[in-house]
Amino acid sequence: MTRLRQGRPSGAQWGTRAPRAKPPRGATVRPVPQSESLSERVERLQLPFNEYGVDPYGISKKHLKLALEFFAFLYRNYFRVRCTGVQHIPKQGRGMLVGNHSGGVAVDGMMVLTSTLLEMDPPRLAQGMVERFIHKFPVASLWASRTGQFTGLPEHAVRLLEDDRLLMIFPEGARGTAKLYPDRYSLVDFGTGFIRLALQTRSPIIPFAFLGGGAAIPTITNAYALGKLLGMPYIPLTPYLLPLPLPVGLEIHYGEPLVFEGTGDEEDHVIQGYVDQVKARIQQLIEDNRAERNLRRTRRLLP
Amino acid sequence: MRVLIPGISGGIARRLALRLRDNGHEVAGIDIRPWRDAPKDIQVHPVDVRKRAAEDVFRRWKPEAVVHMATVTAFTVPGGERGRINLDGTKALFDHCATHGVKQVLFVGRHTFYGAAPDSPLYHSEDEPPRALEAIPELADLVAADLYAATALWRMPEVTTAVLRLVYTLGTPGTGTLANLLRGKRVPMVLGYDPLFHVLQEEDVVTALQLALEKKVRGIFNVAGPAPVPLSVIIRGTGRTPVPLPSPLFSVLMGRAGFPRLSVGATDHLRYPIVVDNKRFLEATGFQYTFDEGRILRAYADALPVDRAGHGG
Repeated sequence: MTRLRQGRPSGAQWGTRAPRAKPPRGATVRPVPQSESLSERVERLQLPFNEYGVDPYGISKKHLKLALEFFAFLYRNYFRVRCTGVQHIPKQGRGMLVGNHSGGVAVDGMMVLTSTLLEMDPPRLAQGMVERFIHKFPVASLWASRTGQFTGLPEHAVRLLEDDRLLMIFPEGARGTAKLYPDRYSLVDFGTGFIRLALQTRSPIIPFAFLGGGAAIPTITNAYALGKLLGMPYIPLTPYLLPLPLPVGLEIHYGEPLVFEGTGDEEDHVIQGYVDQVKARIQQLIEDNRAERNLRRTRRLLP
Repeated sequence: MRVLIPGISGGIARRLALRLRDNGHEVAGIDIRPWRDAPKDIQVHPVDVRKRAAEDVFRRWKPEAVVHMATVTAFTVPGGERGRINLDGTKALFDHCATHGVKQVLFVGRHTFYGAAPDSPLYHSEDEPPRALEAIPELADLVAADLYAATALWRMPEVTTAVLRLVYTLGTPGTGTLANLLRGKRVPMVLGYDPLFHVLQEEDVVTALQLALEKKVRGIFNVAGPAPVPLSVIIRGTGRTPVPLPSPLFSVLMGRAGFPRLSVGATDHLRYPIVVDNKRFLEATGFQYTFDEGRILRAYADALPVDRAGHGG
């Protein structure tokens, strides 16, 4: 029999609308001491780096430091990311960050990765399960590999979780990044593999909502033929043609962990039930924070 | 134990022969290549493993164990002859083992069995099939030999067979596939890629083979030591200079301008990693490597500094 616990300390059943932790208004969303350099944060990562600064998966301190310099600028200055709920992410041990895709390119993944590096203490590296085509391209393959972003294969996910790593999963897959501007707050169908992985590896799922990506990259259509020509699923097109992100404020809200119990061999309808619960939780996080986001915007326009 | 080593004149095989002899085993070998300073107590039969004379060695000497190291790569033997040596030679050896009552066989294969592909898992377990053979055709005969050797596990249940898939050796003789790539001062890479490579020091390779033999392991095993490191780290760590080349230029420049001659499929191997999970071997044998990646690279740089290396230096 499978059983679901939500919120590790309380053990309350999810679906009973357990009170959700929200930061008090005006509270700082960035508890990281600003005196600490980005380089120091990478040094504090609890990964088994060898004398060359490389871990057994090829994650490189040098590449992480360079990537974080760029991502941190985007995170703090360009997108001015507002992040809440990082306390729900385990400080150590395995975990799966599961959330919605927002925006036609991987800005969401980059900013989630940056949030765990900048907001957590000690910092953690979120390792994404990326689309297969990424590793076919030069430079992209190298940087994805050196920063721990591997192809979304079950073998990778199981190995990383059993190694007590933090995984970042977008169960909407490529269909999620194909969402058009009007659908930016909706969720498309979730894959089910992530739940079987969570059960098989006994990993907590930390749901998160990502807001603003759809406004930063306002996709009006996706060029599938052009994408196929370039070896990608599609190319998102915006009113200004290229899918370059606008400096729109982004938000990441992590929710309380969901812990499902089982073996991963359950019937499809059981798994689908768990998937629906995770999806509903993410949708709820989106809706709750979307309302606040709209309120903030209204206040700004009408002081 | 009487141990016969086909391919005994190779660098690792010689060290293995000496190690086994020093540990009280009787050792003999088969190789058409000479081992001029072979010790007197190690008989080297200069015959082709595919010929009748090789079977005579089995008949007369009656080995109890065979360590099959008589396979070749595209670097040493080009074209169809390589396929004949690897596949026909392997078949002949297993036939002789079955006929002449050999109790144990170690097939020493390579981790490149798994192939290099952008969408394959980073860590390969022994249960995975070979991939992307179309991209690296030079591996086809070695893969076939490996798969053929593995059939002995069910065809010849009375023989304790182990198929070992060894990672690249990097040691002071400066021989082997990876050493060939690192021979010159400038080492080519494919621009925009930096795959992980496994390295294992030759003494550790010999230890792994000795353990596999003495522990009488049965099955298929990946054999690796330290965790893999990016190719650029290996190149710099051995005192060489990485030269990233765009893919179209890569095949044009190989064998020219001081770059080593590489096989047709090498570009894919220099794009994507071939990394193996050695957990099963560690559990079966208790193997522990003594040279970590830093020590391996420094030892190689000291033994083969760029100014003393071969072409391209």
